[in-house]
Amino acid sequence: MKIQERPTPTPTRVEGAQPLRWQRRHVLDTDDWSRAEIEAVLETTGAMLDILRRPIRRAPPLRGKTVILFFAEASTRTRVSFELAAKTLSADVVNITASGSSVEKGETLYDTVRTLEALGGDIVVMRHASSGAPYFVAERTGAAVINAGDGWHAHPTQGLLDAYTLRAALGDLAGKRVVIVGDVLHSRVARSDINTLVPLGAEITLSGPPTLIPFAWRHGALPRGVTYEPDLDRALDGADAAIALRLQKERQESGLLPSVREYARVWGLSEQRVRRMKPSAPVMHPGPMNEGVEIDAAVAHGARSLVEKQVTNGVAVRMALLYLLVGTPSLEVA
Amino acid sequence: MAMPRTVLLGADDVRRAVSRIAHEIVERDRDLAATAIVGIRSRGDILARRLREAIREHENITVPLGSIDITLYRDDLTRIGYAPVVHESALDFSVDDKVVVLVDDVLFTGRTIRAALDALVDYGRPRAIRLAVLVDRGHRELPIRADFVGKNVPTRPTDDVRVHLVEVDGRDEVELVAREAVTA
Repeated sequence: MKIQERPTPTPTRVEGAQPLRWQRRHVLDTDDWSRAEIEAVLETTGAMLDILRRPIRRAPPLRGKTVILFFAEASTRTRVSFELAAKTLSADVVNITASGSSVEKGETLYDTVRTLEALGGDIVVMRHASSGAPYFVAERTGAAVINAGDGWHAHPTQGLLDAYTLRAALGDLAGKRVVIVGDVLHSRVARSDINTLVPLGAEITLSGPPTLIPFAWRHGALPRGVTYEPDLDRALDGADAAIALRLQKERQESGLLPSVREYARVWGLSEQRVRRMKPSAPVMHPGPMNEGVEIDAAVAHGARSLVEKQVTNGVAVRMALLYLLVGTPSLEVA
Repeated sequence: MAMPRTVLLGADDVRRAVSRIAHEIVERDRDLAATAIVGIRSRGDILARRLREAIREHENITVPLGSIDITLYRDDLTRIGYAPVVHESALDFSVDDKVVVLVDDVLFTGRTIRAALDALVDYGRPRAIRLAVLVDRGHRELPIRADFVGKNVPTRPTDDVRVHLVEVDGRDEVELVAREAVTA
């Protein structure tokens, strides 16, 4: 893994911010997080990046703890990122994937939870195609649960790593305008980015085909700090950063967009288009990228791209959360 | 309940202690080319910076300076009930073959130093690690001793030794607050 070189700009801290006592038991969604909690994670992330830069990339706080990676939906990078994060903090890691496991043989989520419980994991990191599945598990296990993506609902670690990456690039996010473009309707990334970036002071401009924007949002009932601009060129004018969302192939089949080529032409981040933003305004993508669709290869690998930094920071953010959760006392489950 | 407090070191005492330790560091190792100073956050790093300044004044040599956060190496993480936020360490030089002078404000049980030693060796293999503290208050729980001590102070285990430094607290002072064992 490539580790960014020092000096890394330390994310700006809020003036007079009080040191925070981490109290959360699970990371299910960031929609109810205070700014102080987000700041605490970002601060700890900086310390974790420091470990990743050292000659010996290992620290002991999760020694003797077991992290279960339960991925009931395909994912390589997020799972590997969590695995690396857990191992760097000296945890033991157990993988349970949907294919080849009893999940495929028809085991219910409840039975899987009982199994996870019996395995004695301290932290369960889970991805699931059903929105809300991590809540179901969190209510029924003594382990701490981290949501690694549930349906269309939330992907909190992505939101936090995007916040860290943007802050490292832009400094204080107060008044900074970030464009999120693409399939917002089905995107847990978009929702988690909004939940993390808005409390830090950023203003979000959503753009994308109206069919892929939540109905209420495109009719003006938007969350605080968020606007919708159907014209991508206008959205990008003078923006401080842009995040392209991944276009799922199924969306075309379900008739929500005319063709992938047309999508690329109207909603893709092309080199010409990103020049509408402020000079050197960065571009991000949660990966894996469809190059030539939502983002041009020249932009994805160009000077504005923070995509690789997102990957590195992702490991550090996950380390920070694993560390913070393992310190919170477990509750006995009846 | 009133808690009697005694001033152990005033501003001048702190200044003299730092200056003396700086001299002792130089006398101990002579070859300052291999010396580095590493402070333990969040008071030791300030003292470390002052020590480096003092060495520069006396010897006209600027030794490498770093700071480490030892939180991840604490042995009581699962016992204190919450995970303290970890701050960035700042160690931008290689510790390999260096004589690293570890700096902390108060030496008490020795557990912080144990954690710092573990953290430090994850950065490389120093030729030697020495320990400088402003106050040694006794009650060690581990076989650890300081090489350079500003002041030895007899205390009771329940006492509180508070170090105030200008950079963060607006004044230089070390005080002892006597406390009865508190029953929660």
